[in-house]
Amino acid sequence: MRTGTVIIGACQAGVQLASSLRELGDTEPIVLVGEEPHAPYQRPPLSKAFLKGEATADSLTFRTHEFYSEHRIELVTRERIVSIERDASGGVATAESGRRFEFARLALTTGAVPRQIPFDGSELEGVSYLRTATDAALLEQRLASATDVVVVGGGFIGLEVAAGARAAGKTVTVLEAAPRLVGRAVSEATSAFYLAAHRRRGTRVVLNAQVTRFLGQHDRVTGVQLASGDVIPADVVLIGVGVIARTELAEQLGLMVDNGIVVDASALCSDGLTVAAGDCANLPNPSLTPGGIDRLRLESVQNAVEQAKVAAATLLGLPAVYSTVPWFWSDQADLKLQIAGLSGGHDQIVLRGDPEAEKFSVLYYRAGQLIAADCVNRPLDFIAVRAILHSGQHLPSDRAADLTVPLKKLALPAALAVLIGK
Amino acid sequence: MPYVTYISATGSETAVAGFAGDSVMETAVRNGVPGIVAECGGSLSCATCHVFVCADSVFDPMQELEDDMLDGTAIDREANSRLSCQLKLSDADIRVTTPETQV
Repeated sequence: MRTGTVIIGACQAGVQLASSLRELGDTEPIVLVGEEPHAPYQRPPLSKAFLKGEATADSLTFRTHEFYSEHRIELVTRERIVSIERDASGGVATAESGRRFEFARLALTTGAVPRQIPFDGSELEGVSYLRTATDAALLEQRLASATDVVVVGGGFIGLEVAAGARAAGKTVTVLEAAPRLVGRAVSEATSAFYLAAHRRRGTRVVLNAQVTRFLGQHDRVTGVQLASGDVIPADVVLIGVGVIARTELAEQLGLMVDNGIVVDASALCSDGLTVAAGDCANLPNPSLTPGGIDRLRLESVQNAVEQAKVAAATLLGLPAVYSTVPWFWSDQADLKLQIAGLSGGHDQIVLRGDPEAEKFSVLYYRAGQLIAADCVNRPLDFIAVRAILHSGQHLPSDRAADLTVPLKKLALPAALAVLIGK
Repeated sequence: MPYVTYISATGSETAVAGFAGDSVMETAVRNGVPGIVAECGGSLSCATCHVFVCADSVFDPMQELEDDMLDGTAIDREANSRLSCQLKLSDADIRVTTPETQV
């Protein structure tokens, strides 16, 4: 009879899942398999501290080797799983090398890969993507000798890299196809702020930019051509236009896949046996505030960790339902953005603080109820909003802009909010 | 090699060998010490690595942002509260207590 768990994807979610299985008392074998050469490490610093030379794959590792051995978690690196067969009693996952991993229970924490753009010239030396420590090391090396840096995509990754390169004295251009920056994650007010803030720091930002091809000489990138005919010189191009969930193995297993591996609130896949967690999973909106989008993928550390904990419990047959206040962060230059909640479907915005002073929060309301906030260099607002959303308290919108009162003090208990009809 | 002793809210102690220059948070997380969550990996964004520093342990004074974030910890701050991601180890042994919860 097969025993134990195989976790595919040695990443934030994978490590958490393995650790949580042990914390929950699982004594069966656990194998954590990853294709990268490194022990699992934190990804968020790759676009920040790593490129400044302040971190390495080693310094970013989640756990010591002793931790894995003490907790009898077999960490397998450099093995890419290419096929899985399973039935209700378990199965076997086979790596490219031919190595086989038998399991009774299976977890997929396969993550995501950067979306590629098939432009002419994409193969030129200097055209980069950023997802892994290997990618980051290559980008760091390329940036070191670069003068002109072009970032395609004005999302978090692109803007973080742009800010770092600019601070290091490079000429930096950000090309965004949409009419505003970070359109997927924040509202117009926050987008407009980031546009101004990056420009103030000397980064050139082109909105509505249509890249047509990458130009090169002797197999090295030399520039980026836009539909307008403009050519922007480039020694390094970073493409950061989002990620695609890795669902190949799930598809092979016949699991339901729709922008990620479809799971329920217990992180269970459509076969009722396999669990999935992290960037690869398409999950029911776990947000504690009612309303908003039904299903989504969440690309965040918090989601990887919290969903993996739920997945571990589910694998062991323990009841667990994932609900939380989703939160995200992005550090760009000296701007600390913290986002609490999901702002989709808001019908009212309250601006608290002064964007010109680079210290403000955008509070999002739906039907009079606070649902989310983008906080720039206002960590106390962030902490307060997260707590308010967690506890179901009410934050009156007509007072939320008053900087003389901490948000924490403005919050009304949920019961009182009901009484006054809010 | 400095030793860091983590005392849980219920009084159980975990001692871990650390490295000078690493933070008290990193040392805990790498060794799987329960009681420190550290969702943001040490970028002063989440306030989930709150500790109470024992009287015999000394660290550099805190910066403004850490001070602000400490107002938002799950368990209310006390005079000896710090965010352990900001506590760098030297060669001295250290003792900290972890709160009942971080989130």
